[in-house]
Amino acid sequence: MKKKNILLRYPSFTIFAVLAVLVILVSVFAPVICGDRSPTAGNLAEAIEKPSAEHLFGTDKMGRDVFARVIYGSRASLSSTFILVAVIFVIGTVLGVVSGYFGGAVDAIIMRIADMMMAFPGLVLAIAVAGILGASTRNAIIAIAIVSWPKYARLARSLVMKIRHMDFVAAATVTGSKTPYMLLRYMLPNTITTLVITAATDIGGMMMELAALSFLGFGAQPPTPEWGSMLNEGRNFMQSAPWMMIFPGLAIFVTVVIFNMLGDGLRDILDPRTE
Amino acid sequence: MSAKRLGFRLLQMLIVLIGISILTFLLTYLSPGDPVRNMYLAQGVMPDEEQVAIQREEMGLNDPFLVQYGRWLTNCLKGDFGKSYSMNKPVVTLLLARLWPTLKLALMSMILMLVISVPLGVLSAVYKDKPIDYIVRAVTFFGVSVPNFWVGLMLILIFCVQLKLLPVVSSGGSFKDLILPAVTLAIAMSAKYTRQVRTAVLEELSSDYVVGARARGVKEGKILWGNVFPNSLLPLITMLGISVGSLLGGTSVVEVIFSYPGLGNLAVSAITSYDYYLIQGYVLWVSIIYMVINLIVDISYNYVDPRMRLRR
Repeated sequence: MKKKNILLRYPSFTIFAVLAVLVILVSVFAPVICGDRSPTAGNLAEAIEKPSAEHLFGTDKMGRDVFARVIYGSRASLSSTFILVAVIFVIGTVLGVVSGYFGGAVDAIIMRIADMMMAFPGLVLAIAVAGILGASTRNAIIAIAIVSWPKYARLARSLVMKIRHMDFVAAATVTGSKTPYMLLRYMLPNTITTLVITAATDIGGMMMELAALSFLGFGAQPPTPEWGSMLNEGRNFMQSAPWMMIFPGLAIFVTVVIFNMLGDGLRDILDPRTE
Repeated sequence: MSAKRLGFRLLQMLIVLIGISILTFLLTYLSPGDPVRNMYLAQGVMPDEEQVAIQREEMGLNDPFLVQYGRWLTNCLKGDFGKSYSMNKPVVTLLLARLWPTLKLALMSMILMLVISVPLGVLSAVYKDKPIDYIVRAVTFFGVSVPNFWVGLMLILIFCVQLKLLPVVSSGGSFKDLILPAVTLAIAMSAKYTRQVRTAVLEELSSDYVVGARARGVKEGKILWGNVFPNSLLPLITMLGISVGSLLGGTSVVEVIFSYPGLGNLAVSAITSYDYYLIQGYVLWVSIIYMVINLIVDISYNYVDPRMRLRR
């Protein structure tokens, strides 16, 4: 008996989709959740207080409420991760499809550049790029995008190459289909499913890489609340205020788990070949 | 790998190497700040325009791009990577001093990772869909979702701050200093690798020769360790080579957390002080190390897979 409702047929996907929406809602409605607790304005008289009813996650060295900072921090982490994944998805797909479809010199140039990017160990180049461009969220996104697009480009290229010489493509060309039409109507749809799966499963990993860069001080700058940079601030207060690094870390962990599960669930739905 | 293929591979490597060097040079060439001004600022001096102009001419920063690149490359080939202006020492000396600690850390965490993930992965594949498989899968799932720098911080909190078993700062380079950084790196990598071992072994387990061997009454243990495991080594070695890449990047974060005197830690401090030559040297060295390791992986196929030797 097959359940018609797609949400009921894949319970794991549904649960994590709901949780993911919840996380996004939390970041959107952060002001409502935190009420009058500000993520940036602190009261030095209340610095480094243990978690209590008033400050659920305690306070940091400037007397700011850690709970509010964690909740508001979801904004920076989520938005920058989504932008990053969108950027590498678009750049990688476009370059990969173009490379696979046209072949020849275009293909050679794009793929050699991709090879070179892949010859660098990912985070090493990202750290160097972020450091040289200067520390900011935007530059952290650029840095990781530079090292991450080749994976998508290679995938898109190989998928296009698979269908490039099939009869229906030749037929379409013979009947006078223009190049842009070919690319949009035939090549892109054939790559999109696999690439969407890849992007969905990558969200968690990208979030961790961005957090790693912020942790090193190459991402979001204080006083903006961001989980990675909060961990960096909390590091110096490990002995006196462990809550300063426990809660932002947990926030990253929980969010990454949710998005990883969501990605896996999506893969199971769209790509039934994997177990 | 025949001599011809090896030659081709080396040629390919040379091309990528040239690309890497151009890219590394571009990194600082295109950097928004003026290196001379930053150099003065790093030394705590407020430079005037004239000084900057003279220094720029002296350092050849006004020459065309290709001239600058050519000069830089010839110097690099001679082993001269410039002088770090934040530490006032040749870049080579600084990098060499930090090279061994980083390699030691990488090696140690690699061994730890193999010790953890190979048995777990095989176990989970053999007992597929049994309780033990579910446990391993759940643990590895959480393992891949936890940022390694947070693991490191929590380990410090537990073992150094609460239990006071190990030193907080791993600057000595002794074995004791190596434990926590290596464990931190190994945890994140083991989770990923255990899954890959499981997949590789499962794939082999479902092949026809296993069914055949079972039908002939060959013992399970003999099939597993005599046939299945050696056959699944090939993809595992490839993945090991790839994971070295993430390891080399990952060490920098972990080195910073533990104040471990490695290459990554050096690079991060170089970046905060705009020490361009040092950054260039670091990126170039690490990517060369990565390339060499991948070459070794390629060559090792020869010994693992006899089919490779027959192929021309």
